[in-house]
Amino acid sequence: MMSPAAQQSGASRPPAWPMYRALVGVGLVCGLLIVTVFVLTGPVIVRNEAAALQAAVFQVLPGAVSSRSFTLAGDDSLRPAVDGDDPQATVHAGYDAMGELLGIAIPAQGMGYQDVIRILYGYSPQREAVVGMQVLASKETPGLGDKIEKDPAFLANFRALDVALAADGQSLAQPVSVVKSGAKTSPWQIDGITGATISSKAIGNMLWHSTAYWVPRLYPLQRELARGGGEHGG
Amino acid sequence: MAVSDKPVTIIASDRAPSTDEFIKGLWRENPVFVQVLGMCPVLAVTNSGANALAMGLATTFVLVLSNALVSALRSFIPKQVRIATFILIIATFVTVVDYLIQAVSLDMHRALGAFISLIVVNCLILGRAEAFASKNTLGRSILDGLGMGVGFTFALLCLGGVREILGSGSLFGFALFPAGFQPWIVMILPSGGFFTLALWLLLFNRLKARKAARGVTGEAAA
Repeated sequence: MMSPAAQQSGASRPPAWPMYRALVGVGLVCGLLIVTVFVLTGPVIVRNEAAALQAAVFQVLPGAVSSRSFTLAGDDSLRPAVDGDDPQATVHAGYDAMGELLGIAIPAQGMGYQDVIRILYGYSPQREAVVGMQVLASKETPGLGDKIEKDPAFLANFRALDVALAADGQSLAQPVSVVKSGAKTSPWQIDGITGATISSKAIGNMLWHSTAYWVPRLYPLQRELARGGGEHGG
Repeated sequence: MAVSDKPVTIIASDRAPSTDEFIKGLWRENPVFVQVLGMCPVLAVTNSGANALAMGLATTFVLVLSNALVSALRSFIPKQVRIATFILIIATFVTVVDYLIQAVSLDMHRALGAFISLIVVNCLILGRAEAFASKNTLGRSILDGLGMGVGFTFALLCLGGVREILGSGSLFGFALFPAGFQPWIVMILPSGGFFTLALWLLLFNRLKARKAARGVTGEAAA
């Protein structure tokens, strides 16, 4: 039996059951709704992401019509990429209509002015050069830093950016560097953007780090990659 | 004036859904220009017409569905837990719209960024759930949400249009000016949002003041 005092305080409190019923009931309905939408849209979102990546690969490797993804195994050899591989360690070999290797699209990322910038660039082992670059994600200042995505003069830097290997095959002969706008004199230099100094330097830094890592590893593997295209050019 | 108003409101709460529930959100009780609600997305994502439209439509979607569910469950939700329940319902529809936008366009999702998730804390939506949907029938609540949503979208487009025209020299991505036009970059930066909002509010308040002045003279004449 409840004491009179407890009874009194119980009477002044609102009944718990309707509150419990409302919160749990609404929570269940909402949870079901979210799961339903997630299951329905999940495959579409994955397809959209794959299509966006595919389009970016073809963009940075002009002329490519098919691609295959590879990731580095422990001993610096390549194996076909599977779902769940780190996207930053996955490269995409692009092939032309004849199945010839055109180049390799490589992801890179680094800190910009506002947030991390993610890019994809095309490396051609035959030409020993970067042949294309696309910004995948950036939150740079509109009108200033975001020129790295659209400025035609800046993007022209990445049509033939020299990343030739040094004689020892372990490092680049000339590391990629960013110079002031209009001061480019050598094929391994990038003309920066006035008004977007930090953002354009960030792109240069990403390319410098990424090419120093990937080019010595990928250059010796170009024959293996070329065969990969012949077998599965689809 | 006040005496003649009272019976009208009582009749209003009993009558069937009417177009007035829809129309009031467009102009007379416009959520941005009159109620000044939801300023975070109003200022943050209106740097282009397309972003403003997408944000407006996403907010309308959440507003209509949360109003509908809150109204349908209004007798089932005790008043002590109503805010928690409303937030739960709103957060659910925001998550739904987040997935839907990703499925429709990844680029749009990237452009709107964190502001989609922040629709949850848009006080306009909680405001309509608390002030309208929890006290009105399903049909009227849906119309109210639709009207407020369209009014919100209209206001976002007013800001986004002006900012894109001046800040990028284009509207919905189509260039409007010859190549020599130097865009006013400040208009697509956050400060441009405040400038544009201030000018629109100035215009709306001028119109309101003029209408009020005319109403007073009209009454005097009658």
